[in-house]
Parts: sequence; C-alpha cells; structure tokens
Amino acid sequence: MNAPAKDGTQDVSKPWQSEKPYLDSNELIINMGPQHPATHGVLRVILKLDGERVLGTECVIGYLHRGVEKIAENRTYAMFNPYVDRMDYVAAVSNGLGYCEAVEKLLNVEAPPRAKYIRVILTELNRIASHQLWLGTHALDIGAMTPLFYTFRDREEILKIFERYCGARLTAHAFRIGGCQYETYAGFEKDVKNFLTFVAPKIDEYEALLTTNRIWLERTKNVGVISAADAIALGVTGPVLRASGVKWDLRKAQPYAAYSDFDFEIPVGTRGDTYDRYLVRMAEMRQSLGIIEQAVNAIPEGPIMAKVPKVIKPPVGEIYHSIEAPKGELGYFIVSDGSTQPYRLRVRPPSFVNLQALDIMVRGLLVADVVAVIGTIDIVLGEVDR
Amino acid sequence: MVDKYRSQYGSALEALTYLGQNYLSVDRSLIPDLLRLLRDGEQFDYCVDITAVHYPNRENQFDVIWILYSFSRNERMRVKTQIADGASIPSCVSIWATANWLEREVYDMFGIRFEGHPDLKRILLPDGWKGHPLRKDYGILQQDKEWVQINLGIESGQ
Repeated sequence: MNAPAKDGTQDVSKPWQSEKPYLDSNELIINMGPQHPATHGVLRVILKLDGERVLGTECVIGYLHRGVEKIAENRTYAMFNPYVDRMDYVAAVSNGLGYCEAVEKLLNVEAPPRAKYIRVILTELNRIASHQLWLGTHALDIGAMTPLFYTFRDREEILKIFERYCGARLTAHAFRIGGCQYETYAGFEKDVKNFLTFVAPKIDEYEALLTTNRIWLERTKNVGVISAADAIALGVTGPVLRASGVKWDLRKAQPYAAYSDFDFEIPVGTRGDTYDRYLVRMAEMRQSLGIIEQAVNAIPEGPIMAKVPKVIKPPVGEIYHSIEAPKGELGYFIVSDGSTQPYRLRVRPPSFVNLQALDIMVRGLLVADVVAVIGTIDIVLGEVDR
Repeated sequence: MVDKYRSQYGSALEALTYLGQNYLSVDRSLIPDLLRLLRDGEQFDYCVDITAVHYPNRENQFDVIWILYSFSRNERMRVKTQIADGASIPSCVSIWATANWLEREVYDMFGIRFEGHPDLKRILLPDGWKGHPLRKDYGILQQDKEWVQINLGIESGQ
C-alpha cells in the first residue's frame, strides 16, 4: 500500500493515498474499459478498490481524439461546419447552432427571425432526442432494459423530422453561417405538432416505468452526490449542475437565438444525486416540448438567410460564444486573423469538463454504482476527445 | 472594477472590449494573484475554459487565456497573458478545481508547463507522444511515426 507523503501533505494526484482503508487489505486496481458497454464509448477508468468500495478513479481519455481543433485551422469557416456535428454526435444540431452563432458574431451578422425560430425548434427536438438516448442507455446500464426500446422508438420520430428537413438523421449539418440553408418542407409544422402530441404521453410512460420503481430508487437515490459548491468549482454545467440546486441555464441567463421570446422554467434538483439528475432531465424534456409548441405556433415569415459574403473572412479579432447544449455549456472560442480560415478555434466541451467530476462523485461508492454515475453525467466520448 | 485594478497594477493590466466582450490583457507576473482576486473579490467563481494560442513570429510566442464567468453578476471576462516558448506559468488548480484537466490539455497541445499542477501529463494524446499538435509548426499530417510503429505495429497512423 502506498504510504502518505512524509510531510503529511496530501498528494492530490493520488487521492486514495490519503484515504483510510475501508477494509484492512491491499487495494486492488482494475481497469474499466476502454471496451466496456457501460462506458458509453471508449472511456477507460482506472478504479482503485478496497473490496467493493471505490477509493479513487483516474480517467484515461483520448481514444477518440481526431484533432478537431487542428482540423479547424486548416479549413475555411464554412468547410468546418460539418465537423462540429461529429463531436457530440447525439446532439449534432446543438453543436452546429453554437458554431454558426459564434461565427455570425465574429462577422457581426444576425440570422433572420424565421431562421432563429427554425433553429430553436430543431435544437429543442435534438435536446429531447439526446435526453431520450441518455435515458435509454442509462437505464440499461442500471438493469432496466425496457426504457431503451421505448426511447429509441420515440427518438426515431425526431430523426424522421430531421431527415425530411435536411436529409440527414444524426450528423444533420442543419444550419449555415448566417441562417439556415433549407426552408421548412411542406408539412413541417404539422409533423412537429404531431410529434408533440405523440411524445408527451410517452414521457409519462418512461416515468411510469422508473420514477417510483423501487429498484430504480435504490440504485439512484443518494448515489453520486455532488454539492453545488463542488459542481461550480469543477466547472460542471447543464443538468448535472441544475440537479445540485443551481438555477442556471444559458438559455435564460444569456439568451441566444430566439430563446428570449419563449416562456419556460428551469427545472432544478435539491440533493444533487443520480435520481435528481434523472428528474431534472425528465422535466427538461417537457419544457422543451413547451418551447417547441410556442415556436412552431409563432414561426414568423421572411427570409431564412442573412446577407453573408460568399467568402467568409471575419475581421481580425476573437470571440467566445456559448450555448446551452443538452449536456451543458458548449462554447466556441475563435481567433480570426482576417483570413478565410480560423487562426485558432477552441471548443469548450461540456462532456469533457463534466467528466472530471466523476472522481468526486464515485468515491466511497460500490463498483456497480460507477456504472450508474458514468451514465448520469451523460458524456459522449466524441466530444470528450474531439 | 477595472479602474480599481488599473490603479493597483498600472500598466501591467489593460482592459479591452471587442464585440461587447470584455477582456483583460495582463502581464505574466500578475498570474495567479489576479485570478485569485477575480474569484474572491469579484465573484468570478466559475472558470469556463483555459486555452492558448500560438503566434510563432512573436517574441512571446503564446497567449494563455482564461475564460471566467460570474453567476451572481451574469458576466463573462477573459484574462489573457503572453509567455515565451519554454516558459512556464503558475497553475490555478488551487483556485478552480476544473483547471486540472484544462491545464493538462493546454500542456498536451502546446507544451506550456503549469507550475504547481498536481499531475501535469498528457490527457488526449498517449503518454510517450513527441510534439504538441496545436503549435503552428506542427503540420496537420505530422505524427510521431516512432510511437506509431512501436505501439501499433504499423508504418503510419493515417
């Protein structure tokens, strides 16, 4: 066993060294992943165990690193647009919204109102799809198989709308710098409204399966607790932060697109455990339905594309713009040198930053709970590794 | 707020605005004291991001940038400083715990060392990799061929 440092100081990089052993036995180090069905991709977690108890973790990431930021420096602004869809590939539309708005800010143009409404509708549909995928896989990890089939069945309806709108289902490339390339197809509004009436009772169905399910409660209540102070210090955002009781959502705090036009609530939790994060995301899906309904009923007429030069050459300068992606704050920091390619493009990925909280959330829990906590943070490795 | 700091630090600090976004361009010697002051005195309790930009033709080749946010003020602020190639900069993990991975990524991608970081090692690239890919002198097709041959047993990873 590793002894604590001689001068009594804690070696922060090896948190388990300062922990009192739970059992009087040697610690066991095991690898979880990178090929493990419950790590949602290629995440490797090195677990330091004392019996069944977790003393510390270390995440090894980068297996899916593609150098997205380097690629950006070698592509024009418009050419880079499809690449952002490949980061958080279950919420590709949100990625595109953040990128297009960031470049628009840098160019000092604004998308027309109609484009903004289309963007809000598609982004909120995507938020529901992302939460549905999260719920299905998270419940499957914990042992409930049925929600997976329910959520994937219903998510299909969203993907059908995407496909009819822009021809792609997942990596949609739905928006362009300056607005949207495609006008809505005939019957778009009807499809969206049909979807709203279709999915609302389905969300109740998911809740009927889980919210008062005794096994679900046992596996999620008081598991993976993170306090508001810890969450803020660790830069955690999105539903994970809100479940700890911080009422903060970028759509309200610093409204972008057309979000200031709509009424919606920010669901928050109190305990910051896995169950609260589940409740927050379920409530968020319902709020998204409300936003979509308001948007689709008030969608203005007009152009869908602002006047954007054929060759996009933003003036010298830099911009940081962020949006509330389904997983948290997704930011783009772009430095322009006045040429057609970004001089530097930094993506602030919510999954990457949120994953850092895993260690503090699982310490002292059982091995089986690690699976529950990885699921509840809702990471997508494409975004963690970029 | 800016006036207060300007009188305190003089020419070492410059407050600028571009497209409605505020940032402070500061001398390296003010890091990390100024960051701590911003957190404790001005409630910038959330460190959104830490990143860097490489300017190979400049004497101080790197810009290191901290993007901060204050929940109570609903305000963003960027702090920017310049450092030379090979120089190090104090770590701010003790100010914001989130800096841990963010600084590791800057180190991984640019080779900037953060003094006092608890475990400064590569995060996205494998441990034995040579080179820091987001430097401007690192080509887009460049790779650590030796590493690829030893660890993957193939001629090229592309």
